[in-house]
Amino acid sequence: MFRFSFPWAVLASIHPVSLRKKVIVPVARNSILILYAHPSQGRSEVNQEMVHDVEGTAGVTLIDLYAEYPTFEIDIDREQGRLRSHDIIVFQFPLYWYSTPSILKEWQDLVLEYGFAYGSDGTALHGKVFLTAITTGGAEDAYSHEGYNHFPLRHLLSPLEQTANLCGMTYLPPFVLYGSRTAREHNHVAAHADRWVHVLDLLKADRLNLAKAAMAPTLNDALETEGL
Amino acid sequence: MDGFLLQATLFLLGAVVAVPIANRLGLGSVLGYLIAGVVLSPVLKTLGVDAISIQHFAEFGVVMMLFLIGLELEPRQLWAMRHRLLGLGGLQVVGTAAAVAGFAMLFGQPWSIAVAIGLVFSLSSTAIVLQTLGEKGLLRSDGGQASFSVLLTQDIAVIPMLALIPLLAMPELMDVAGHGAEAAHGAGHGTDDHGGDHGGGDHGGGINLMEGLPGWAQTLVVLGSVGLIVVAGQYLTRPMFRFLSHAHLPEIFTAAALLLVIGIALLMTLVGLSPALGTFVAGVVLANSEYRHELEADIEPFKGLLLGLFFITVGAGINFALLFGNFFVIIGLTLGLMLLKGLVLFALAKIFRLRGSAGWLFMLSLAQAGEFGFVLLSFTTQNGVIPGALGQTLSLIVALSMLLTPGLFIFYEKVVAAKIDVTKPEEDEVDESGPVIIAGLGRFGQIVNRMLLSNGHKTVVLDYHNELISTMRQFGVEGYFGDPSRPELLEAAGISEAKLLVVALDDREKAVMMVEHVSRDFPHVKIVARAYDRQHTYQLYAAGARDIVRETFDSSVRAGRYALMALGHHPFEAEKASRAYVKMDRDNLAELARLWDPDLTAIENEAYAAKAREINARMEEAMKGMHTDYHDRTERGWTPPPKGYASKLE
Repeated sequence: MFRFSFPWAVLASIHPVSLRKKVIVPVARNSILILYAHPSQGRSEVNQEMVHDVEGTAGVTLIDLYAEYPTFEIDIDREQGRLRSHDIIVFQFPLYWYSTPSILKEWQDLVLEYGFAYGSDGTALHGKVFLTAITTGGAEDAYSHEGYNHFPLRHLLSPLEQTANLCGMTYLPPFVLYGSRTAREHNHVAAHADRWVHVLDLLKADRLNLAKAAMAPTLNDALETEGL
Repeated sequence: MDGFLLQATLFLLGAVVAVPIANRLGLGSVLGYLIAGVVLSPVLKTLGVDAISIQHFAEFGVVMMLFLIGLELEPRQLWAMRHRLLGLGGLQVVGTAAAVAGFAMLFGQPWSIAVAIGLVFSLSSTAIVLQTLGEKGLLRSDGGQASFSVLLTQDIAVIPMLALIPLLAMPELMDVAGHGAEAAHGAGHGTDDHGGDHGGGDHGGGINLMEGLPGWAQTLVVLGSVGLIVVAGQYLTRPMFRFLSHAHLPEIFTAAALLLVIGIALLMTLVGLSPALGTFVAGVVLANSEYRHELEADIEPFKGLLLGLFFITVGAGINFALLFGNFFVIIGLTLGLMLLKGLVLFALAKIFRLRGSAGWLFMLSLAQAGEFGFVLLSFTTQNGVIPGALGQTLSLIVALSMLLTPGLFIFYEKVVAAKIDVTKPEEDEVDESGPVIIAGLGRFGQIVNRMLLSNGHKTVVLDYHNELISTMRQFGVEGYFGDPSRPELLEAAGISEAKLLVVALDDREKAVMMVEHVSRDFPHVKIVARAYDRQHTYQLYAAGARDIVRETFDSSVRAGRYALMALGHHPFEAEKASRAYVKMDRDNLAELARLWDPDLTAIENEAYAAKAREINARMEEAMKGMHTDYHDRTERGWTPPPKGYASKLE
């Protein structure tokens, strides 16, 4: 009673057109890893907005570190795997005492191992791009030699810059929103978030002159001078 | 019967009065017993008590002690000690025997008597030395370990000596096998009363299976019985003890332990071997069984009392007439003997590189003759190797040297240790890290045990559920059967040297009792206790525990955290909330525990009741979501500064 029947339908589904169709791929397409560290997201007014706008974007992997490691038990292998499979690494955080929230420090201490991130065999990060996306409570003029913070933001972040250097990564200056505590009141949030999506698009498509951008005090300044 | 009661009362009274006083004065319990014996001896004499026959009975304490020593020594350890046993111990026995025999010949003794004297005096007092080293906490020190090896060698060497001595009486060519039983008789006299066969007068237990057997058959029987002990100890005792433990009758377990020791002693006596050897072998065989600590706890009091009785009889047996008749000769000989033994030990300490206080301890602790000396002496006189009168004098020398031993220990403590430890504080090796005792190996204790083991800590696990211990042992966990709340078992497991006690018992009352006992008697032991609920926490706190873990608290908190996450809370917010909850709850609990009074009910205790009401009110507010301490703690972390703060900074 069993008759063999040739699966004609399957054969028919292989349409000659689909074989001929050319997929158009952008010339260069970088993948981006955002390591987001915000210990009090319920009170966030800017970062959550940025995250919301970026979430689900193709080519961007967004990791909420405090959600993934609420007890700080960072999975080193998983994190190193993530670093390997992306071209651009971003730390996104509100500035706490001129530095990252504590989980990002923990992350650096654990993940950036000798033999992986630095040392003669530690070449896993070579050639990648590193940048930060930061919100600060203080206004822009506070982050200057004359202001009450006495140092420009880029100076304060020099530990991160040197970390990137040692790991063989191209360091870009911070993409920053100053005065974030009153940004909502001044209606700066939506514009900043849009700008952030734009920055990520430029980086993905490799449309940013990295060498020039690396010289600027902030990434915001670099975009302005480039007219992007 | 009256006579027995009177004797028992006298001996017990002597012990109860003299030992605590001697201990108080820092003389050690052995000297206390000896003094009690000296004081009692005129009374015993007027009552017509034969101290020597009681001594033969009390020598069974030595047999029990060897069983306990065996229990402490796993075969593996024994093997690891072989160089020390053969080298250090063997040289001590041979060297001392030769030196003493040489001097005896200088004094004009014929060579056979000289050798017998040498053998008698080569032995030291296992009972005094081990007891004293243990009491003073020196057993684990370098010197103590070396002394222990030598004593162990000596105890084992007694057996070939008993075989050798009849040969020294060569001219008469006595029947060696026939006297093998007598040899054992000394140490194994306790079996007489057990066997119930008193037909043979002095040698009630002297039935000898070997009589009439040819030499090769005797050898076979001897090997066979030792083999029997090893095989039966390995394969029969476990099922037997398991069966007995199901009965949950502690006294039956004790009875079985005694039966084991006495039965082996009897068997050894029957085949003409030393009961001490037999029980020692049995002890070694049982050393890695889960019943080891329970056996120790059961036998220990009997051993202690019998040894005490033994020392009393040694004290009572001192022949003062003989002593004062030849006072200077005997004192001179005693001191000469101790000096000679000390010199041999000194040489050994040099050869085996025991430096500083270790060498001194080794030399001073073993310079006396020992209780096996009495055994050998009675044996040699029976065999006609040593004439009776000389035997009496030698006995006196043995007793006097034992009497002087506590003095040497005091000398060590007050002079040597004090001096050396001041000038070279790092000389004595620090005690190896004390073990951890885990009482209760249920689900709770098991996890604690695994964590400790995997972090390189040695644990001793006690539980009164036999099946649990057996299962755990299959997984290589070192577990022992017994009721952990029994102080004797805790002591056998090493509580006096332990660093930490984990109380993980199911039984709430027993857990409290245990914490009470240990925190009172062993204040240096840290305690981690598992509590059933709040009430139990208070009881444990009052009993002296400070690290108290409610058994379901942490898991409930974790469940609460998962619940918050399932409801959409950010994982880190849920983590913060659970941390805050734990902090608040534990603070409250600690406050209440401090106010709780075991003698008052919650209502009678006003301070407690007031605090409880206050805490309840706080909790209620928190549960209604109002702004309280609880919330503040959660919210304080990582809160951004207020709006507009930056403009005020300059």
